[in-house]
Amino acid sequence: MPRKQPIDTEAPAPLERRPALLVYLLLGIAFGVVLTKSEVLSWFRIQEMFRFQSFRMYGIIGSALATAALSVALIKRLHLKSASGELISIPPKVLGSGIRYAAGGTIFGLGWALTGACPGPLFALVGAGVTVILAAVLSALFGTWFYGWLRPILPH
Amino acid sequence: MNSMSVWGSDAWPWYVAGPLIGLFVPALLIAGNMLFGFSSNLRHLCAILAPGRVEFFRYDWRRQGLWNLVFMLGTLIGGFLAVHWGAPHDVAISAQTKSSLARLGLHDFSGLAPAELFTWRVLLTLRGFVSVVVGGFLVGFGTAYAGGCTSGHAISGLADFQLPSLIAVLGFFAGGLAATYFILPLLF
Repeated sequence: MPRKQPIDTEAPAPLERRPALLVYLLLGIAFGVVLTKSEVLSWFRIQEMFRFQSFRMYGIIGSALATAALSVALIKRLHLKSASGELISIPPKVLGSGIRYAAGGTIFGLGWALTGACPGPLFALVGAGVTVILAAVLSALFGTWFYGWLRPILPH
Repeated sequence: MNSMSVWGSDAWPWYVAGPLIGLFVPALLIAGNMLFGFSSNLRHLCAILAPGRVEFFRYDWRRQGLWNLVFMLGTLIGGFLAVHWGAPHDVAISAQTKSSLARLGLHDFSGLAPAELFTWRVLLTLRGFVSVVVGGFLVGFGTAYAGGCTSGHAISGLADFQLPSLIAVLGFFAGGLAATYFILPLLF
């Protein structure tokens, strides 16, 4: 067991009143459909992106980001409340030394290109019938667990 | 491309798919003040399956993560529904990509992922093992270390103009390019 060292636990905010889980199930189904129909879960598309041979993935990520940024700005401007009644807020990520973002990001990037999938697409691929991806999911769980174990001694 | 093919059997065009993906950020914020980020589910699953004595996994996953785990289950179902909706088709990657991959040694361009890397039959070959098992491990380790993946950082984080997310996304691309140009060629 690595040596313990206090690090801020970026736990998600607790929720007092939450909408029926059915809402999240339906949103998840929609997400899986979009990931599949847009082909962003395809290893081929990820290769096309990392080889800069098509605008498609950049168009998808760019327009997704623009849509999300516009929505977030609007939500903040209008001081919208969520369906559960609380004021919508986005907790800022702690920068720290930034090492966790650079190193963790690079490690994830290696895995993204090799599996051709980020975490969402991994699960959509299993649903889409690429069953060997179950082994990748299991391995990803080992990876996350290993990080949790090493966390006290890793630079953040 | 006519309107039928947009919603039917062909891949949705980027300008339809991108904004739809972006809308999950406000949808989850409005539904329950939840921040769109998928990789937390890997942490929640660890917390359920094997928290051990690891502090990172000792928290109330029902309270913090149940909504996201349900979203994850939906994503799996969505993938299933989507492949059974419309006629199956190959991923129409550019001719340039096809020839790059053919030079690498790939011949089968059918399906969502190449059968030469992503089938149980080749899982224990070098290329299958590195693509599936090593790749999966790096996804799990890297997203946990970076505190987010494509959804949490590249979409949610950047949409809120957070510097940590920009650093993470630059890392995603550095890693992806390194794997594409330096690791993949070693597998063939």
